[in-house]
Amino acid sequence: MAAPWLSLRLVARMWNGTRGIHRLGGAVVPEGNQKKERTMLQFLTNHFYDVEALRGYLLQREMSKVHMKNRFRDKEWIRPDKYGHFSPEFWNFQEVPVEAVDASDCEINYEGLDNLLLLKELQSLLLQRCPHVDDWCLSRLYPLADSLQELSLAGCPRVSERGLACLHHLQNLRRLDISDLPAVSNPGLTQILVEEMLPNCKVVGVDWAEGLKLGPEEQPQDTASPVLA
Amino acid sequence: VAHTGRTVGRLGEGDWDGKVSEIKKKIKSILPGTSCDLLPDTSHLPPEHSDVVIVGGGVLGLSVAYWLKKLESRRGGIRVLVVERDHTYSQASTGLSVGGICQQFSLPENIQLSLFSASFLRNINEYLAVTNAPPLDLQFNPSGYLLLASEKDAAAMESNVKVQKQEGAKVCLMSPDQLRNKFPWINTEGVALASYGMENEGWFDPWCLLQGLRQKVESMGVFFCQGEVTRFVSSSQRMLTTDDEMVILKRIHEVHVKMDHSLEYQPVECAIVINAAGAWSAQIAALAGIGKGPPGTLQGTKLPVEPRKRDVYVWHCPQGPGLETPLVADTSGAYFRREGLGSNYLGGRSPTEEEEPDPTNLEVDHDFFQEKVWPHLALRVPAFETLKVQTAWAGYYDYNTFDQNGVVGPHPLVVNMYFATGFSGHGLQQAPGVGRAVAEMILQGSFQTIDLSSFLFNRFYLGEKTQENTTM
Repeated sequence: MAAPWLSLRLVARMWNGTRGIHRLGGAVVPEGNQKKERTMLQFLTNHFYDVEALRGYLLQREMSKVHMKNRFRDKEWIRPDKYGHFSPEFWNFQEVPVEAVDASDCEINYEGLDNLLLLKELQSLLLQRCPHVDDWCLSRLYPLADSLQELSLAGCPRVSERGLACLHHLQNLRRLDISDLPAVSNPGLTQILVEEMLPNCKVVGVDWAEGLKLGPEEQPQDTASPVLA
Repeated sequence: VAHTGRTVGRLGEGDWDGKVSEIKKKIKSILPGTSCDLLPDTSHLPPEHSDVVIVGGGVLGLSVAYWLKKLESRRGGIRVLVVERDHTYSQASTGLSVGGICQQFSLPENIQLSLFSASFLRNINEYLAVTNAPPLDLQFNPSGYLLLASEKDAAAMESNVKVQKQEGAKVCLMSPDQLRNKFPWINTEGVALASYGMENEGWFDPWCLLQGLRQKVESMGVFFCQGEVTRFVSSSQRMLTTDDEMVILKRIHEVHVKMDHSLEYQPVECAIVINAAGAWSAQIAALAGIGKGPPGTLQGTKLPVEPRKRDVYVWHCPQGPGLETPLVADTSGAYFRREGLGSNYLGGRSPTEEEEPDPTNLEVDHDFFQEKVWPHLALRVPAFETLKVQTAWAGYYDYNTFDQNGVVGPHPLVVNMYFATGFSGHGLQQAPGVGRAVAEMILQGSFQTIDLSSFLFNRFYLGEKTQENTTM
């Protein structure tokens, strides 16, 4: 059984910031039992493998029932085929709101963003390593403020800290990836300022200790060289 | 007896060796491979003939030069000369500017000029590309402008925002509650309404634009000369108007350019003169005889542009507003913006008419900051109560005393002098659009893209003000 173990405690539809949109959306376990029963069940699960396995099996059955009803199962991401063409089935889903766009490594530019800004329910936008996405493009993203929860700009060569300042309109953002931005002059300080600007958002990208200099007592000692009197 | 090596010429001339070496030097200088000293060096002088002479090499002058070369219908069809008095640009308004660009005006022409400039700056590496030169980095901060209005200005601000939205600017109105929500460091006391630019507004590095224009324009074949225009030689023609009044039309056919630190000058024969001399445009206009006539007549209407000094202060405030801070323009006229990542800010305030400083020098008035700027800043942003001024500088506005907007287009009487000046603090952000408009006027006879007819010189004689009703 290769299913990942999901916590059977109350899993509300709350954003789990560490996972990102690429996995299937969080499963909802119905809030059912009263507290006493739940803790009793939890206690049994923690102590008996059989009870654990039984609960796992029942949960899997519930989940597969829900997924059977999903018309998009396994086809949530609409990808081009090996010739770069999209399947014409796409036209059937015109009223379905687009939730996530992965435009990584794509040549999208300032004028091209016109198309993305029409998506009023976009939750996740990935613009990793896009060569033409620059500070001017970031200033266009504010119309997505109501819905956008995840944004990734990792590896974009033209994005600098000046463009990142525009992201403060996106108050619903919960995950922002600003790693590996060569045009940012001071990544550690920028990370701190962006975190201050977006207090509800998890900003991923730069280790705050990057760029710190070692103090004098921590200088690496060269133990190999002999000390001559 | 030591032999000195000097021979005494038989003919009694003496110093024969010296003469020989002189003759040798002369022969060497004629032979190719060495610099010729026989003809005087004229590389610093401008050419003797030029189709267009642009007086002033700041951002406006270079923008006009760029668009003239870009829109000419034949390559090399027009010869342009830019005359700039100070190649270090030490007093030029361009380099000393705060570098802001914003569309929050009340006149549609100003909004369109600014929108075009934003798209010019966004695509600057396509407009100003030079082979083998690295791409330009304008360091543009798209953080927008935030204008605050008190009760009495709120209605005007609302109608202005309507016009701005109609012209295509992305501006939104904010109430004091929304302001406090978005920018918690603001104190909204006295603020009834605010307008916030969401796109195409912010600030950038004016030097980068200047250098980019300069290198592009040089690569397009424009001539540069460091010198001062001291005289215009013009020819006159008497003509009758439709009402049978006599009018004297002048045409400048020669410009005298004087070199630095010398009396040497070069007369340049020209067809068109462009006055882009910024704060000193009035002197150039006076040289052409503009304003020399009885007051109240068209001949007696001077160019109402004069230099006005403005101070800019840079301070450090560790707990100041964060990365999202726009350029905030307060109800009192004080303004500030962030500068860099390190909690530094810069700003200032336009003085009232009574407080106008003496424009003869660019000395910074620090008392003005203490008494007239800091109190307003500290009121609006409580974090600014503790700050430390790091540095300051001063620059000139080419201030149009008539209606504080630019003068663009030809003079009605001196028919070949075109103006591109008087922008009173907006020159940098309107330069690309104005340069294009002047080039269109010259090459095609009328404004083609943005109609700047309300900025013509005539309005000074007719008394029709083209005035902004914003506090900027």
